[in-house]
Amino acid sequence: MAGPLALVLGVFLVAPVVMICVVSFWGATEWSIYPAFLFDNYAFLFSSEVTYRVFLNTFKYAAITWAFTFVIGFTVAYFLAFHVRSLTWQIALFLLCTIPFWTSNIIRMISWIPFLGRNGLANSTLMSWGVIDEPVEWLLFSDFSVILAFVHLYTLFMVVPIFNTMMRIDKSLIEAASDAGASGWQTLWFVVLPLTKPGIMIGTIFVVALVMGDFITVRFMSGSQSANVGRMIQNDIALLQYPSASATAVVLLCTVLLLIGILLRFVDIRREL
Amino acid sequence: MTTIPKIRYSRRSVLKTGGAAVAAAALPAPMVWGQAIKDVTLRQFGTGVSNLNEVASKVKEDLGFSLEMTALDSDSVTQRAATQPDSFDIADIEYWICKKVWPTGNLQAMDTSKIENYDKIVGTFRSGKLTPESVIAQGTAPHTVGFTSGANGTDFVQEESGWMTLIPTIYNADTLGIRPDLIGRPISNWSELLNPEFKGKASILDISSIGIMDMAMVVESMGEYKYPDKGNMTKEEIDLTLGIFTEAKKNGQFRAFWKSFDESVNLMASGEVVIQSMWSPAITAVRSQGIPCVYQPLEEGYRSWGGGIGLSASLSGIELDAAYEYINWYLSGWVGGFLMRQGYYSAVPETSKNFMTEDEWGFWFEGKEAKGDITNPFGDVMEKAGAVRDGGSFYDRMGAVACWNAVMDENQYMVRKWNEFIAA
Repeated sequence: MAGPLALVLGVFLVAPVVMICVVSFWGATEWSIYPAFLFDNYAFLFSSEVTYRVFLNTFKYAAITWAFTFVIGFTVAYFLAFHVRSLTWQIALFLLCTIPFWTSNIIRMISWIPFLGRNGLANSTLMSWGVIDEPVEWLLFSDFSVILAFVHLYTLFMVVPIFNTMMRIDKSLIEAASDAGASGWQTLWFVVLPLTKPGIMIGTIFVVALVMGDFITVRFMSGSQSANVGRMIQNDIALLQYPSASATAVVLLCTVLLLIGILLRFVDIRREL
Repeated sequence: MTTIPKIRYSRRSVLKTGGAAVAAAALPAPMVWGQAIKDVTLRQFGTGVSNLNEVASKVKEDLGFSLEMTALDSDSVTQRAATQPDSFDIADIEYWICKKVWPTGNLQAMDTSKIENYDKIVGTFRSGKLTPESVIAQGTAPHTVGFTSGANGTDFVQEESGWMTLIPTIYNADTLGIRPDLIGRPISNWSELLNPEFKGKASILDISSIGIMDMAMVVESMGEYKYPDKGNMTKEEIDLTLGIFTEAKKNGQFRAFWKSFDESVNLMASGEVVIQSMWSPAITAVRSQGIPCVYQPLEEGYRSWGGGIGLSASLSGIELDAAYEYINWYLSGWVGGFLMRQGYYSAVPETSKNFMTEDEWGFWFEGKEAKGDITNPFGDVMEKAGAVRDGGSFYDRMGAVACWNAVMDENQYMVRKWNEFIAA
C-alpha cells in the first residue's frame, strides 16, 4: 500500500512544493520568468518593512480569530456533548450547525456586506433603537468585519474536532470528579479541558492554517484596505511576478510549519487519538 | 463542436421563417473557402467589455463560423496572452496590455491592406491625433504600440507601417463617478477625490496600472507636482504619488478600494462611497437602479483606454482567413453600433452610424439631447427623453483625454510600491 500512496503524495504534494521552492529563486521580467539562481526575491522580501507588517497583520488575524473560534467552538461542543442528553438530539443539533455550510463560503462572507454597511441593517436598527445617532463606520471595511467573517466562516472547524473528542470522554470520569467534591468549573478546568486537548489542537491547526492562507476574505471584508500574506501572493501572481509570489509562499509555508511544529510540542496528537 | 452560439443560431433559424433564412444566406459575406469555413471555430478571450455572446451569435449568422468567447479580468488576460499562446486564436486586449504581451511574440502582425475600413479608423489609433490639431496625450497612447516593423516584428514603430499589432475595437474616456444627491455641489476637479469633505466616502480602484494614473491626475490637479509623463514615472515620482495617497489612506479618506466592476457599482449604489474612480457602464448600472450618479467631466480631462483584437501567432490557413473576415466584419458597423449604444466608442464610428437610429447617434456620439427614450441593445431604458450625455460629444470627450492607461518602465517598482500602499 505504501507504493501508490507515496506516488500520489509525490505527484500532488511534494512535486508542487519543490517546484515552488525552485521558482522562488528564478528571475522575472515584465511578462516572463527565466530560470536562474537568484536571492533577489528573498532579499527584497526580507528587506521590505511591508513584509514584516503584513506578516504581523496575518498573525494578528490568526490569533484573534483563534481566540474567538476557540471560545465559541468549545462552548458549542460542550453544550452538545454534555448538556444534550439524547443521541438523536445531539446528531440533530450537530447537523443544524452544519447547515450554513451548505452554501458557498463566498456567499456567506459577502452577505455580511449589506448587513454591516453604512445604510445597512445593523446601522439602521441601532439608529432606530436610539443607541447611535449616526451610522457607525467601523462595522464594515475594517479589521472588525474581517475577523467577524473569519469567526463566522471557521468556527465549525473548531466545533467538530472538539465535539468529537468530548464524545469520547468517559462519563464516569466526570462523575468521579463530582464525587470527589469538584465544582462544575473545577471539573471543566481539570478534567474536561485536558482531555479535550487533541480536539482543540486539531481545530487550532485548521483555523490557523485557513486564516494564514486566506486572501479573499481579507480582500472583500476590508474593502481591499488591509493586506495579509495571501493578498501579497495574489497581487504578485496577478502581475505575473511568479518568482516573487513563490518566495512569499515559501516563507509563509515555513512560518505555518513552524507554528504547527510548536503546537504539536504541546500535544502528541498521535498518542491521544 | 457544440458551442453556445451554435445552439442559439439553430434555435433562431428554426424560429424564423424560411424567407428570413434565405435572406440571411444572401448576406454579402465574402465566401473565401466556401463551405469549409463553416466548420471553423475561433477562440477569442478578453475582458468582459466586448466579449459578448451577442457578437458570437451575430458572427455565426453573418459569417457562418463559430466564435467561442471567454471573458476574464485584465490581469488574467495579460497572463494568458503572455504565457499560453496556444490557448486562443484571437486576443481581445487593451493597448497597455499589448505593450507587455507583444514582445513575447505570441501575437502576429496584421496586414493593413487586408483591412477594408483601415482608412476610416479614427486618427487616435493611426497617427495618434484625433483631429489634425489634437495634442497627443501622455501614457501608452494606442498608436505608439499599434504598429510593428513587419510581418514577424516584435518591436513597435511610431509610423503607420502597414503592420498593425491590434485592430482597435472599443475605447472610452474615463473620469470620476459621483453621487450628486449626496454631494450637493458641483465637482469640477480631480483633486476632489482627496478633499477631506469626503473623508471615509471616497474610493479608488485597486488595479495598479490604472489606479496610478487616476492618482497622477489627482496629484496634478492638487498642484502638488506636474509630471513630464504621467504614463512613465520615475521612481521618485512614484514615491511622491503613492506617498500622498498613503497619507490620505491613513487619515481615513477611503472607504474601500475596488477591483471588479460590480464592486464599484455596489459601493456607489449603497452610498458607502460618494466619489470614486469608475467605468462608464458602472455608472449606467447605478443609474438603472434609479439612483442618481454622474460621470463627471473634469477640467483636467479624461483618463482614456482602448482595446483591440490581436491574432495568435499560431493562427494560419483557413483560420487566419476567417480571422481577417471577422476583423473586417467587426469594423463594418454592427458591433460598433452595438457597443456605442452602451456608451463606448467604435474604432470606425461612421460605419456604426448605419446601425443606430438618428436619435441614438445624436445622443451617444454627437452629445445632443435625446428626443425619445434611449435604450441599450438589450432593450433596457438607459436615459429618458431630454437627457444629454455626461461630457458631451465624441470630440468633446475624446478630445479632452489627458492620459492613456499605461505600463511604465518602472512597472515592477511601481507594483511593489502599490502593494505597500494597500498594506499601509
